[in-house]
Amino acid sequence: MADFSTSVKEKGDISIINLKGYLDAHTAPTLENNFTQLIGENKFKIIVNFEDLAYISSAGLGVFMAYIENIRDNQGDIKLTNMSNKVFNIFDLLGFPLLYEIYKNEDEAIRKFSGS
Amino acid sequence: MLSFPNKNTNGELKVKSKTENLSEIRDFVSSNATKAGISSAIIDNIILAVDEACTNIIKHAYKLSPNGEIIIKIDYDADKFTISIIDYGKSFDPNLVPRPDLQKYYREHRVGGLGMYLMKSLMDDVKYTSIPGKYNLVLLSKNIRSG
Repeated sequence: MADFSTSVKEKGDISIINLKGYLDAHTAPTLENNFTQLIGENKFKIIVNFEDLAYISSAGLGVFMAYIENIRDNQGDIKLTNMSNKVFNIFDLLGFPLLYEIYKNEDEAIRKFSGS
Repeated sequence: MLSFPNKNTNGELKVKSKTENLSEIRDFVSSNATKAGISSAIIDNIILAVDEACTNIIKHAYKLSPNGEIIIKIDYDADKFTISIIDYGKSFDPNLVPRPDLQKYYREHRVGGLGMYLMKSLMDDVKYTSIPGKYNLVLLSKNIRSG
């Protein structure tokens, strides 16, 4: 069974989801639940930290596609941080850097949220 | 130095059409690709392509029914690493899957088709054969060098 877990922490009005392990078609619902819950709580400023993510398939990428519009319609955003080269290359191959802001670390992403 | 026999057939993996089996599929591909002496960056690409092919089979050929069968066979020689994936689900025409337009997907909340695009981008050759009512075969191959 693929090993995947998430944890969510709050920094002011920003929610940070940490991803760990393997994000595939089997584990994507775990991340979907995180987004559903945050949106249900009207938390639309979301950072996803990829530091401990070992693997992502298109099923995982699809999770970001599924929620981004609703989140942006509510003046929020999903900003991505701490991506390994391996994971970034997959995002890049699909053109995701055009649709999502990707930062080196959480602090940079937090500053972007604060500045807007 | 390792010497490469002319052809290696490394058995096969037979699993049910459940997403929980994707990790076993990835491990199977990874250990065979490692044995073939492929670099880890290329192995990562092959693993992802096979995951995408099997995810498509689980979702579309078997429509998430968990009792379908997926058979994965690996062959390689010094030049080429080939994965054959067979299922007995609904056949489909890969030509009907367009290259994804991400901006359009964004507007339409669509996510399908990304896997197919990744497979074609990550592998050197992707071939579909469908015998409707019998089986579907996906052949994924990657050119490798033994140096």
